[in-house]
Amino acid sequence: MTILQQPQATESHNEDVALSLQNVTISYGNFEAVKNVYCEIPRGKVTAFIGPSGCGKSTVLRSLNRMNDLIESCSLRGSILFGGVDLYGPRIDPVEVRRRIGMVFQQPNPFPKSIYDNIAFGARINGYAGDMDELVERSLRQAAVWDECKDKLNESGCSLSGGQQQRLCIARTIAIQPEVILMDEPCSALDPISTLKIEETMHELKKSFTIVIVTHNMQQAVRVSDMTAFYNAEAVEGGTGKVGYLVEFNDTDKIFNAPQQQATQDYVSGRFG
Amino acid sequence: MTQTLTHNQAGSVPDLSYKPFQRRNISSGALSFLAALFAVIAVLPLILVLGYVLIQGGSKISLALLTQLPPPPGLEEGGIANAIVGTLVVSAIAALIAVPVGVGGGIFLAEYSRSGWFAQFIRFGTNVLAGVPSIIAGVFIYGTIVTSRILFGNAYSAVAGGAALAVLMIPTVIKTTDEGLKLVPDDLRRGALGVGASRFITIVRITLPAALTPIATGVVLGIARAAGETAPLIFTALFSPFWSDLLTPEGIFAPIATLSVMIYNFAIMPYEFHNELAWAASFVLVVMILALNLFSRWLARIAAK
Repeated sequence: MTILQQPQATESHNEDVALSLQNVTISYGNFEAVKNVYCEIPRGKVTAFIGPSGCGKSTVLRSLNRMNDLIESCSLRGSILFGGVDLYGPRIDPVEVRRRIGMVFQQPNPFPKSIYDNIAFGARINGYAGDMDELVERSLRQAAVWDECKDKLNESGCSLSGGQQQRLCIARTIAIQPEVILMDEPCSALDPISTLKIEETMHELKKSFTIVIVTHNMQQAVRVSDMTAFYNAEAVEGGTGKVGYLVEFNDTDKIFNAPQQQATQDYVSGRFG
Repeated sequence: MTQTLTHNQAGSVPDLSYKPFQRRNISSGALSFLAALFAVIAVLPLILVLGYVLIQGGSKISLALLTQLPPPPGLEEGGIANAIVGTLVVSAIAALIAVPVGVGGGIFLAEYSRSGWFAQFIRFGTNVLAGVPSIIAGVFIYGTIVTSRILFGNAYSAVAGGAALAVLMIPTVIKTTDEGLKLVPDDLRRGALGVGASRFITIVRITLPAALTPIATGVVLGIARAAGETAPLIFTALFSPFWSDLLTPEGIFAPIATLSVMIYNFAIMPYEFHNELAWAASFVLVVMILALNLFSRWLARIAAK
């Protein structure tokens, strides 16, 4: 069922692959949430994960920077290669992983500190030695929230509106200069105008970062992503509940216009999910 | 409209008026009265105790009382100054012991433990310790620190008294820290970890500051509870009619006067003046504890903002 389709990456240099999932199966306790995922996420592009609720796309996303470590019962089989290194290898420090693979969450979660400190926090703990004022301005500009914040850098990050908070969180992630930015439904708590601004931000960001985004909004996937992975869930015999798997991974164009799997066709045309 | 009309035409205007002598209205009124009566009885002791102490003790407050030593039995001039200082010192020692231990324990419970048997055991133990009679804490310190003379050969001392009060404070501090940290949304922790903060940095820079007010409130309430305790101090800090020599280390390793023990000692003396001093000490102690409680409420209000 699982199809790996990415001729460009396999034929050209391995340099073009940011993250490579090799037969990844993630379980909560005895329950397999998503199984046998093979996927190569290209560098410098936006990759979208779409699929119905409960298909494991967020679980896969969180496994990419070891956020699943925070969930007690969660375990992973298979390997995730980041620049050739297995993120789940025995001597890997999850903190080091998260410094290179940053994450933006579903709910905007600025720290209860000033806007300036929100940005500076990550940079300081990562030992940034350069000009902090300049870094703060550059990060806020990149996240397209500088104009709204520049006059109140000393006010609390929580005083901003929801959309501004989310862009502040993106700026905070940019400030640590990660190689990959993971976004877990970053716009689901936002209104359409804020969503549009964040999408514009992402177009700018993909020039310097690899972005992986989980979204429930198929139009959003079409608008922002270069590659799309469609996940689905199906009941397996002998199991409890549904198990997620990767149905199809291809250029966004192909997924939405000429999918190779019937399930993808049904999903993108709105027949289920 | 049509419905009302048809209803009226049927000839029955609904009777919705309140009938005070209906059975359910009588029983409802009686129960309300009963509940109000018990509420009054419940707050009566509070008002009487506070009022009695304020009237009996408040009238004796003077500058001399707050600045002078208690007189030897029989003389009629002096104050309770050494006991006021002593209560502050012993409470401070207790806080110095209990706050690091309690906050550290609370951090472990809320942030590190993964609800295993050890954490369960500590939570259970904390609840039990919170209910242990205070005299047990005194006996424990008497047995471990006072009789063993473990503190540089000193038996009764301010430090021993502080340790006994710390035993009483620790459960409160652990519980409020644990609960305060649990109130911090997980989103914040994830956000910090997501930008590459280690667990330690996340706790020190993000979660602890976010939970600072509830923790501080708990600490203040813990001090307020401990400051008024008598039983654990009688045979740990003992009593002293003199100034404690707080400028040298010997001061805190010697017996020290505290307000609560002073009340206990002076209230049963056959000397009128000492009885009055006991009342004055009660007044000062009540005011101090009241002030701490108000302070904690003020802290909590800041948290709400």
